[in-house]
Amino acid sequence: MRFLVALVLLFVPVTSTGATEEVVLGLSQNRVAITANFDGSEILIFGAVKRETAPPADQPLEVIVAIEGPSLPVTVRRKEKRYGIWVNVDALKIDSAPAFYAVATSGPFDEILSQSEDLRHHVSIPRSIRLVGTPSHIADADSFAEAIIRIRSRNGLYQFLEHAVSIEQETLFRTSIAMPSNLTEGEYKTRVFLLRNRAVISNFETKIYVQKVGLERFLFNLSRERPVIYGLLSLAIAIAAGWGASAAFRMFRQA
Amino acid sequence: MQIYLPIAEVSVNAFLLLGLGGLVGVLSGMFGVGGGFLMTPLLFFIGIPPAVAVATEANQIVASSFSGVLAHLKRKTVDLKMGTVLLIGGLIGAALGVLLFNYLKSLGQVDLLVRLCYVGFLGVVGGLMFVESLNSIRRARKTQTTTAPKRRQRNWIHALPFKMRFRTSGLYISVIPPILVGLAVGVLAAIMGVGGGFIMVPAMIYLLGMPTKVVVGTSLFQIIFVTAFTTMLHATTNYTVDMALAVLLLIGGVIGAQVGTRIGVHMKAEQLRVLLAMMVLVVCFKLALELLLQPAELYSIGAAGGH
Repeated sequence: MRFLVALVLLFVPVTSTGATEEVVLGLSQNRVAITANFDGSEILIFGAVKRETAPPADQPLEVIVAIEGPSLPVTVRRKEKRYGIWVNVDALKIDSAPAFYAVATSGPFDEILSQSEDLRHHVSIPRSIRLVGTPSHIADADSFAEAIIRIRSRNGLYQFLEHAVSIEQETLFRTSIAMPSNLTEGEYKTRVFLLRNRAVISNFETKIYVQKVGLERFLFNLSRERPVIYGLLSLAIAIAAGWGASAAFRMFRQA
Repeated sequence: MQIYLPIAEVSVNAFLLLGLGGLVGVLSGMFGVGGGFLMTPLLFFIGIPPAVAVATEANQIVASSFSGVLAHLKRKTVDLKMGTVLLIGGLIGAALGVLLFNYLKSLGQVDLLVRLCYVGFLGVVGGLMFVESLNSIRRARKTQTTTAPKRRQRNWIHALPFKMRFRTSGLYISVIPPILVGLAVGVLAAIMGVGGGFIMVPAMIYLLGMPTKVVVGTSLFQIIFVTAFTTMLHATTNYTVDMALAVLLLIGGVIGAQVGTRIGVHMKAEQLRVLLAMMVLVVCFKLALELLLQPAELYSIGAAGGH
């Protein structure tokens, strides 16, 4: 590893100054509590760049912030017209796609991060979707991955926010990311990349925990751990409500 | 007021849900249908995941049907004996339906089949009811003497064994047709995620020859138990019953059902049937259009392994 670093230093000596720059991060909250009236959440991500030497004057500092929700395998289906009606024909299993993914950058994405660096760090939205081995009968596997991005972007689950990170005096940066109300529970990996000359010079990773609390937590747990009791409780509520309404109307009519 | 649904994992407007519940409840009380065939598509439309919508709808139908059946019991328009016979068929049918549903799910085309079921059944049932009701309204206007259209069916139904007297319905027929009707409805109910009233009501009128007055109450009685059974199956196998969603829908639903039952009393049976037929045809037409027109988004995302 040390050899590799030395090698890089040898060929690109300019970036050596970057290694001394580090992220010091702050989050407005590292826990998102899903309560009964949860209606999305705005997360403020801010930080500073710690450095020992003066920043290089010729290349500006750029920052990318990425929040990634829990990844799950999904099946994408495509409709085709068969016998006059629209039917699901092709299906492709995507190995993993994050339930939520937001990328905020301080500048145009392609101009501040090189393709090879994107490949290495999996920063852009298409890089977050993992697809290994496609069945031979599907020629255009990429269009299925694009469909996930398109559908989830429309639901606010995938966000590509260029110029959303503001940097002040090469040192302080901040951005805010709106998380929609249809979040799934889990650990949301939050990464901050410092970039110079289209390469990552430092990155920092932390987690945001999204969790149901209170009644939401109770109902969810009950439904998974005691499904029979949960089902009976649902029925009891239904019967009680049905009887209650009937009784209420009877009293209403008699009065 | 937004509310986050713990199982569906989406946030929706609570008043919208109350309103939908109320609207469908009124229809449920008027026609004796659970309203599932309207509510389930409406829930898809506001963004509830289909699996949760179907399972929760079953739970909501229990409430609105229970509320409706109490009103009918008071008016003595429930044939409990016939209801029980239908129920026996219904429970067997629902269990078979769930097995069939899981088998189709493994084939990966369950969505399409559910849709085709909807279009086919709603189209046939709605069309038949519409024509029949219009005819009987026309007949009633022309002459006061009504010719009995049940004469033809009496032949083969009366030839079957295991006869039973259903006093409330004024029938003396074999238990085999009601059990078969219940069974068929149970299968369809489980596959289509509805109570099945929209199929059972016409089946009771046209196949069993039951008087229209007792049909609504009796079908509600049977639906309560079949949907309760379906709710339990969904809650224990798929974990897709959302209690918060169900509570909001059923608060609106039970109130609506009471209102609907009272509206139904003041309307003539033929008018009720024409209205129900028209509603069934509208839903059928909308679902058929969705199959025939090119959808805006050709791709859909499902959980891996699911449908």
